[in-house]
Amino acid sequence: MTTLQDTKKSPQNGGRKGPAGGLLSRQWLGPVIALVLVIVANGLISPSFFNIKVVDGHLYGSLVDIIHRGASTALVAVGMAIVIGTRGIDLSVGSVIAISGAVMAVLIRDTSLSPFIVILAALGAGLLCGLWNGILVAYLDIQPIIATLILMVAGRGIAQMITDGQIVTFHGAFFEAIGSGYLLGIPWRVIIAAIVIAGLWAIMRKTALGLFVEAVGGNARASRLAGIDARGIKVLAYVISGLCSAVAGIIIAADIRGADANNAGLWLELDAILAVVVGGASLMGGRFYLALTVVGVLIIQALGTGILLSGLPSQYTLIVKAAVVMVVLLVQAPRARQMMGRFWRRRDPQ
Amino acid sequence: MINERYYPLLATLAVCALLYGYGIFEYRAFSDTYVLGNLLTDNAFLIITAVGMTFVILSGGIDLSVGSMIAFVGVLMAELVTGFGIHPLVAVVISLVFGAAFGAFMGLIIAKFDIQPFIITLAGMFFLRGMCFLINLDSVPITHDFVSAFGGFRIPLPGRGWLSASAIVMLVAVMSGIVFAHYTRFGRNVYAIGGDRQSAQLLGIPVERTIIQVYMLSGIFSALAGVVFAFYTASAYPLAAVGVELDAIAAVVIGGTLLTGGMGFVAGTFFGGIIMGVIQTLIAFDGSLNSWWTKIVIGGLLFGFIVLQRLITRSFSGMRAGAT
Repeated sequence: MTTLQDTKKSPQNGGRKGPAGGLLSRQWLGPVIALVLVIVANGLISPSFFNIKVVDGHLYGSLVDIIHRGASTALVAVGMAIVIGTRGIDLSVGSVIAISGAVMAVLIRDTSLSPFIVILAALGAGLLCGLWNGILVAYLDIQPIIATLILMVAGRGIAQMITDGQIVTFHGAFFEAIGSGYLLGIPWRVIIAAIVIAGLWAIMRKTALGLFVEAVGGNARASRLAGIDARGIKVLAYVISGLCSAVAGIIIAADIRGADANNAGLWLELDAILAVVVGGASLMGGRFYLALTVVGVLIIQALGTGILLSGLPSQYTLIVKAAVVMVVLLVQAPRARQMMGRFWRRRDPQ
Repeated sequence: MINERYYPLLATLAVCALLYGYGIFEYRAFSDTYVLGNLLTDNAFLIITAVGMTFVILSGGIDLSVGSMIAFVGVLMAELVTGFGIHPLVAVVISLVFGAAFGAFMGLIIAKFDIQPFIITLAGMFFLRGMCFLINLDSVPITHDFVSAFGGFRIPLPGRGWLSASAIVMLVAVMSGIVFAHYTRFGRNVYAIGGDRQSAQLLGIPVERTIIQVYMLSGIFSALAGVVFAFYTASAYPLAAVGVELDAIAAVVIGGTLLTGGMGFVAGTFFGGIIMGVIQTLIAFDGSLNSWWTKIVIGGLLFGFIVLQRLITRSFSGMRAGAT
């Protein structure tokens, strides 16, 4: 379907991109400016937006709140960014969150295993989900949207099967700390998310792995001919996404001290994809930016907070998100750029 | 030998017959036309949506906005009928025109700017769902003589069953879908574009116009599904039909339409929708199985059909070798 346009597009994208998107590349400008604008707008709407107080040794304030709420979305979004980098998509992240949360809650309730093993089991569930997606995409050559759709549909059923259709609640000091505890005033979930994301960044950008991912996304066949194990890289991307979702699932379940198979992580796949796109990645694959994806998450989260602060009903959030996606996509679209270019060229000589 | 393109459709028919046969074998009440009538009525809105989705998938695209469209049309109808006192039939026309316009707009962006349909229709899904909430936050009844007449209308079938108005609208929609797909130039263009967009363009097929028409058609069908759903439930709820887009895609795939586009049948989609309904009915009849088994079984069927499709496309010796 896209073959015709691909040939036209690729040289342009290639030319636009700096080497691996360094700090000075223009890619950074758009999302960062957008984030600053949204935050400034929030400040104008509500002057108390920038207030950060320390209550009971914890940081409080709208800015902290944005980061706090964004932690789980950011985890899912960076996994999604890597999958999108391989020219894929992972619709099953919400279901994986539900599954890993369910595994964790049931193990805590029914066994006296140490928290360490419980977390390993929940991560293992995420790993298996990612492996399943990856094999469908890489070895059975199924379109990513559809391959992950299977787990998206069946996953919630699996999660409900694990929890027996109930909302499983649990208690435990360790998990309560993960969900709503603080270290030196910083929420634990933010620390966990930051560690995972930094680790991923190091693996992707300090080794050649990130380059491999982009090579596979840019042209899977060419990368295979260049000696890259394209299928292995694809499986790895989905496994990483599954693991990231599992971490998010652990945090979300620990936060509400229970596993809700129906609602945990619902709609999160959309927010995650949105964040990746707002962060400047192309859905056509071939490039991904972890840090900018986090910026994308913060933009979306700040938009939601801004709408709440301005007193508009929270339902506006969906419309605003839709508008943001449209604008970002239109600005990114190579065709739109060509049209704009033609427009400016025509006006220049005058 | 039967043409390979009929294999998925035959598999769909076989699965449908097997499931229905199992039901009849296992539960005596299952053979009653009552069950059939309910199947057609309860799944009417899903099958209507899936017919529109079939065209989108045949063209190689996807439309995620259909579920929100169903909910939005419901809320819109409630507002027009109950709030403004407009006759339901006029509200139906307004809804269908809106569906066509919104679908065409999404198609325009997809075709003109060459952006992935998946993300544009995702934005459409957000937008319409948000619009629902703006008009109305609660579940409201739609009360009008015409609506109750629609709900009460039924043609008796032999046995205890009957054909409801929803089911009739659905059957008409399926018929017109079959005519569109197989007996019009538009239908042939859709198949050509889904099969190979580049060749279609070189053959002089108006690719952009056809893609816009495809999404317009999907908008009309999902708006019609919204109308049927609103009449069927006689109410509107902004959170209605969450996830129907996925059910519709699943119905299309289980109906044997190739996800890469270019191959499939509207009739298959009808049976795909019926299969999903039969699974739900079987699980309800069993009583001991929990509702989540529906999701797992549908996921499993989806997987089976997708693998079947892969095997078939592979046997077209390297036809799509370039696509990854």
